[in-house]
Order: sequence, then C-alpha cells, then structure tokens
Amino acid sequence: MAQEVSLREAYGQTLLELGLENPDIVVLDADLSRSTMTHFFAQKLPERFFDCGVAEQNMISIAAGLAASGKIAFASTFAVFAPGRCFDQIRMSIAQPQSNVKIVATHGGITVGEDGSSHQSVEDLALICSLPGFTVIVPADAIETAQAVEAAAASYGPFYIRLCRPKSRLIYDQDYRFRLGRAVTLRQGKDAAIIAIGLMVKEALEAAQNLKQEGIDCRVLNMPTLKPIDEAAIIDAAETGAIVTAEEHLEHGGLGSLVAQVAARHRPVPMEMVALHGYAKSGKPDELLVRYGLTAGDIEKAVKSAIKRK
Amino acid sequence: MSSPEECRLPSTSADSAEAEVFSLSAPAAELKNTAKKIRRNIVTMTNRAGSGHPGGSLSAVEILTTLYFRVMHHKPLDPHWPERDRFILSKGHAAPALYATLAECGYLPVAELLTLRQMDSYLQGHTDCTTTPGVEMSAGALGQGLSFALGVALAGRLDRQDYRVYALLGDGECDEGQVWEAAMASAHFKADNLVAIVDNNGQQIDGWNRDVMNLEPFPAKWQAFGWRVIEVDGHSFPQLTQAFKQARGVKGQPTVIIAHTVKGKGVSFMENNPDFHGAAPNDIEVKLALKELE
Repeated sequence: MAQEVSLREAYGQTLLELGLENPDIVVLDADLSRSTMTHFFAQKLPERFFDCGVAEQNMISIAAGLAASGKIAFASTFAVFAPGRCFDQIRMSIAQPQSNVKIVATHGGITVGEDGSSHQSVEDLALICSLPGFTVIVPADAIETAQAVEAAAASYGPFYIRLCRPKSRLIYDQDYRFRLGRAVTLRQGKDAAIIAIGLMVKEALEAAQNLKQEGIDCRVLNMPTLKPIDEAAIIDAAETGAIVTAEEHLEHGGLGSLVAQVAARHRPVPMEMVALHGYAKSGKPDELLVRYGLTAGDIEKAVKSAIKRK
Repeated sequence: MSSPEECRLPSTSADSAEAEVFSLSAPAAELKNTAKKIRRNIVTMTNRAGSGHPGGSLSAVEILTTLYFRVMHHKPLDPHWPERDRFILSKGHAAPALYATLAECGYLPVAELLTLRQMDSYLQGHTDCTTTPGVEMSAGALGQGLSFALGVALAGRLDRQDYRVYALLGDGECDEGQVWEAAMASAHFKADNLVAIVDNNGQQIDGWNRDVMNLEPFPAKWQAFGWRVIEVDGHSFPQLTQAFKQARGVKGQPTVIIAHTVKGKGVSFMENNPDFHGAAPNDIEVKLALKELE
C-alpha cells in the first residue's frame, strides 16, 4: 500500500510557502482554520490572515474587497458552506467581476463521514461550475493539490479547489507536473475510458486493474481541472467507444454531466456515471463509499454496462 | 497640496488640503446647485429608461454630493488612482444617483446618462464595476457592500495607504443578516478607515420599515456592534460635512453615519411615496418634477 498523505495539509503548507514568497497573498477562514489547515499560514503570517468567525458570506465578500485592492485572496471553509451558503456572494462579488479570489474548500463529498449529510458536500461542483469564468479543480492526491494551489496563485481570476477530508494514497510522484485544463492519462486502454476525479481516481485505477484480468482493457483519465474541461481528452477517450465517469458528487452537474456535454456535442458514445443520487448518512468514509456505490467494484459494473451498449 | 485634477469644488481658502476639503464657506451654494443638477438627471434618466429606482436615488443625493465634492480625494480622469478614497455603493439600486454624481465629477459624459438601462449601455440597471468608470463594486444583491468595503479597508491598512473607504447602505438593506456580520467584523478588525453611511429614508419596497421589518433601536444596534454612531439630517450639507470630518478623527473603531433622509426628496409627489421605489416617473410626472427642480 502506497503512502497516505493529507490533501488538506498539502494545501496548508503550500499556502504558507506561497505566502512567505508573495506579500500580496492574504488568507481568510471562517472559524475552521485547524480543519482547512490555513492555520499554518495564520501562525507565521498573522497580519495577512483574517479569521471571519462563523460568517462565511461575510468572508467571501471581504475576500472580494481585498482582491479588488490588488490582493490574491485565498478563502477557505468546508465545501458545503462555500459555495453552498455563499452562492450569491460568490456570484456577485467574484464571478461577475472575475475577481482574483481563490476558494479552497475542504471536506468535499461524503467522505467527511460521521458528521452526516449537513456536512457532506454533494452539490458544490454543480453550483460552482455553473458560474461563468470560474476555474474548478479537484485534485486526486496531495502532490496534485500542492501544484493546483500554486497554479491558482499564479493565475489571475476566480478559482475553486475542492479537497477531501481523508488522507489519500499518492497517485503521483514528485516528477508529476500539473497542467491547468489538462487531463492526465494514467493508463492506456482500448475497450473503454474511465474518467475520474478526486478520491475516485484510485478506485478507477483499481477497477481497470481488475477488469484487465477479465480481458477488458480500460483507459484511465484523471480530470483534475473540471472547468475549463479538457475537451480534446474527452473526444479522444470517446474513441474507445464507451465512457464511464466517477465522482464523489451528485450525478447532476458534476463531472459526468460535463463530460456528457462534450461527448454529446462531438462524439456521442454510451456513457455510465458512477456518482451519488441523493444525500448520504453518517458513517465511516469507507463504509459510505461502499453503501453509496462509489467503489472500484461499482466502476467495474458500470464499464461492463457501457461496453454492452457499444 | 492636492494636484489640480483631483475633484474638489473651488475654494477661496487654499491654506491646506485639509481646509480645502472641509471648508464650509463659499462652496455650499455650489453643492446645492450640484445636488439639483444630479436630481434633475436622476428623474430624467429614469424616465428615459422607463424603469429604475428614483426614490432611493433622490434620498442619497446630498450624501453623494458631499462625499464626491467635499470629502473624498479622487481623480475622475484616473478612476484607478491607487491613493483614491473609495466609495462603495452597497444599495446598488441607487445606481442613477451614483451615475449622475460621477457624471457631474467628469468620470463620464453627462449625455451618456440617457443610455441608462439600455442595450449596450455601460450604465447598467444596478452598478457594474466591469462597465462603468468609477464604480468600485458590482452591487444590486443587497447586503454585500459593507463586507466588500471592509476588505478594501483591510487592504489599505496592509498596504499602509491612507485612503478611506465609504460604504452607502440602505436602511431596508439592513434587514440582511450579512450587514450585521460585516458590522461585527469591522469593529473586531478595528477598521477606523471605514465609514458606513445609512440612507435612512424609512421606507422599503413593501412600505415603511417599521411596518415591514422594524430596525429600531437602530443607532443602538450599531453602537452595540462596536461602531461610533453619528446621526445627521441627510439632506444638510453642513451636518454631513461635519459628520465626515468627525469620523476622520475616530480611532480604533469604524464609524456609521445614520443619515435621516426622505425617499424621493426634492420632488413633492415622489417624497415618501413607496410607488417610486422601483418605478420611473412617466412623461407627465417628469415634467412636473423638473419644474420643481428648476
């Protein structure tokens, strides 16, 4: 088993490193700095850290004011609160003026676990992807997280980065180079393509491995940038004749919908979406992934079903 | 001394920049004249547009005139001048009042005001910072401007800039919970470079505030949130000027100026008439209004 590393910690450490280099970076949090890991930044650079208390809407608009004054504003809370609680603030203060605010939301998806549905963000990608001009990234591991945060700081405009709560196995090694807007082919294959994000990337790799033993040859893509999505990679994946998407999000408005839009426009093929269909309950992250159909086994079933419809 | 292109009324006393800003001598008559021109433009442009929010625009005219022609350091020909004082219109529906004021200052040609709300105009129905020179924030969704202004104020402090930030809120807007989140945070961060002005005209869309959603005890609420509170007649130039001067001396806490105003001020049949919150004067009404504003 490869090493498990926290994506949130990678975010917090990278943010501190960026802050030490660049005096324009400011960080805002809403009373969750130990969970989002912005506390690394807060401890070393307190004058550029603003804890807004339990007031996420206020935090987002303050971030927009700081950004309008030349700052690169990172704002963090749980994914269920931003965009969920602050949609109008994000819309008016960040998306409409294309403000230089980077929302880094942690605890995305159902693997928040025991806290239950109030804290499990399953609609955030649909909400944030609906906003014009947002760049949306869902990193698959800690290495990709660090580089995505660097890319967000280096590019002007609104960003949303969604991180999961649990530590996760490294997919990449230190030679990996994240490229904004580009999918990563993790495995070549000709019978079907599995496109995954976040924690589902490792499940996709496991599924491809298992299917290989049954003689089904799957391509596996990680799609870290959900928006703007890598259309060329999707059209290329459609060459296999079947696409399966896998995400820790509702089936509406997330990865599956975005991939289907591109495929429908350019190269329609049978598709299956491994995703959530409603709210989940309290439980251990691994138990929840099994209960709500987000495992390698579920991806394998979906691949077979899509191939049958070729 | 300020550079000549900064926006100020001409002053007979030019001893110091401070005296020039706060002088209450000769320019008062000119302020009144400027306010009248802004009012005429508000009724004319909303009539031409066939829609808009004249009531809450007319109530804010003296506040805007005082800020832009007396108090703020700004350069109409250089809207992004880094040292400028910032004005954030949180009650974005008062866009006609802001546009008319910006036009009087020279940010945009007065003739452009007649394009308000029309296709391809850079004067959107509610303020849009991506289209209009001098507009700092896109507003219209109420309750967000004070938070935004606090962010601008915090940035000024980080950058060791002396600029001051003025945010204009509606009283009805203070129904929004985010206003009070921002009020709490502004006091917590000791943002003494931030001044909120509430255009306290007493009315909102569905009627009088006291009937729709009672805000009282309003000054006490701000005080309890840690603000210095100054109450003025929001149509009195001397009182407004004095309040802004007083706010400049407040250290360690933000200041709110509760400006008691009359919705629709300056046009008899629009005053205190909620019908003119979100409806423009028709062709007959605009003639009557302009006659009153001669």
